[in-house]
Amino acid sequence: MEMIHSEKLVYEYDKRDEEGNVIGTNRAIDGVDIDVAPGSFVAVLGHNGSGKSTLAKHMNAILVPTGGTIWVDGKDTKDPAELWNVRQTAGMVFQNPDNQIIGTVVEEDVGFGPENLGVPTDEIWKRVEDSLRSVGMLEYRKASPNKLSGGQKQRVAIAGVIAMEPKCIVLDEPTAMLDPNGRREVIQAVEKLREEKNVTVILITHYMEEVIDADQVFVMDDGHIVMHGTPREIFSRVDELKVYRMDVPQVTMLAEELRKRGLDLPRGILRREELVEALCRLR
Amino acid sequence: MSIALEHVNYVYSPGTAYERHALKDVSLEIEQGQFVGIIGHTGSGKSTLIQHLNGLMKATSGNIYYEGQSIYEEGYDMKKLRTQVGLVFQYPEYQLFEVDVLTDVCFGPKNQGLSQEECEKNAREALELVGFPEKYYRQSPFELSGGQKRRVAIAGILAMHPKVLVLDEPTAGLDPKGRDEILDQIDHLHKETGMTVILVSHSMEDIANYVDRIVVMNRGEKMLDGTPREVFAHYKELEKVGLAAPQVTYVMHDLKERGFDVAADATTIEEAADDIMRSFHD
Repeated sequence: MEMIHSEKLVYEYDKRDEEGNVIGTNRAIDGVDIDVAPGSFVAVLGHNGSGKSTLAKHMNAILVPTGGTIWVDGKDTKDPAELWNVRQTAGMVFQNPDNQIIGTVVEEDVGFGPENLGVPTDEIWKRVEDSLRSVGMLEYRKASPNKLSGGQKQRVAIAGVIAMEPKCIVLDEPTAMLDPNGRREVIQAVEKLREEKNVTVILITHYMEEVIDADQVFVMDDGHIVMHGTPREIFSRVDELKVYRMDVPQVTMLAEELRKRGLDLPRGILRREELVEALCRLR
Repeated sequence: MSIALEHVNYVYSPGTAYERHALKDVSLEIEQGQFVGIIGHTGSGKSTLIQHLNGLMKATSGNIYYEGQSIYEEGYDMKKLRTQVGLVFQYPEYQLFEVDVLTDVCFGPKNQGLSQEECEKNAREALELVGFPEKYYRQSPFELSGGQKRRVAIAGILAMHPKVLVLDEPTAGLDPKGRDEILDQIDHLHKETGMTVILVSHSMEDIANYVDRIVVMNRGEKMLDGTPREVFAHYKELEKVGLAAPQVTYVMHDLKERGFDVAADATTIEEAADDIMRSFHD
């Protein structure tokens, strides 16, 4: 069974004027079919306003569809009886680290989720330790979250989700407000989670460098999925990506520029080593 | 000479347990008309530095000169300085507040004491400079997209006719197209008006594409200062302080190591492609 499966997913909301009268409807998601296999790493790209965050919010029933259906681990998110099961299956990490941390001590913050799930105390401490270790934050367990950098806070937020042992974790632009160091820390933490816990990862981002290792990439525009494939397939279509206001990793751009100038390079080069190897072969 | 810093130090909360030396002996001269990038990771002192340029923060020691005159001299006209050195903060769109775009952009010139007519003229010019479409002038700034909001916020500063424009992370949170549009616009502005532009960023790729000069800040100190090529040649040192050169710089170094006859100091895709093609044709 797919971890996430949607059919003709639609999300509409009312547009209102200053007095609150409805003056029309906006369709943020317009007929999206998506399949995410358990244990896979899926990236969703799209410019600001493309609908990618709205889609993410459907994966743990923060929003429920106004048309079509989305199933999370087989559970229909529209079914009120399944709400808590859906939320427990798919954990969510948001963009702004400052809006997601509530504890005054790191380990308390991470323990908050499992405590709410009624996990026994011994087990909570075990999970706190385990999840802080897996994001590389164990040495900060007694620290105050206020004193942490953005990347560290974001890793604590991820640990808080992991401590609830979800099958799937949805990250909605987790690195958008971080500097390059913070970005690297968060992405490395996510990669390690995949290896250690076999958790399904859905990453919403507009940093192309972060999606190179994904199993599949979806590109959204105007509420639709407009491109879908492996990173290599997606990044071979440089011109098309430009139309959707996306760009490609700088190495891919350089390879494309060299192709245009007549070098016989393969399409969709993603990594620096690949480009160097390909150029060496041409010599 | 436009701005000069002489041995500037800034200490937060001196004499307390939270004392922190945010700027350490920074000396820097910026010529009128330069396009300068300031890079450094979070906490390196780059935001503290730019807030000194228009006197928002006062150095604990050292001196700052604007057009040859010390801004710390008694009776110095700080208000005038702040209109001449325009500072655009991070996420400036959070500072929009007026009922419509044009009124918002008029706010700065109005405070300079200009007549309604002059304010509007300056505001219209500024909005045109940032490429903001006229049909939205009477729209609420809150209904615009992120990129458009940011243009309005930048126009709000430009309407005061600054000679120096300082931008703190002007592309943070924008999508790639929005980022390119804003940077192209700033570049165009710089060329069109001859204004001095100081751009704070942590994206090396962005900086390398536009600026004449890069200043690297680390732990409150000026670590490197030079053209993009000169600065990115120190990519190993940059890595040690949590920064990196643009991806293409690494490709060129790899190629050189593998025996390609390339200069290895390219910092943009154009330069790198030129260099690689040349090595194939020789």
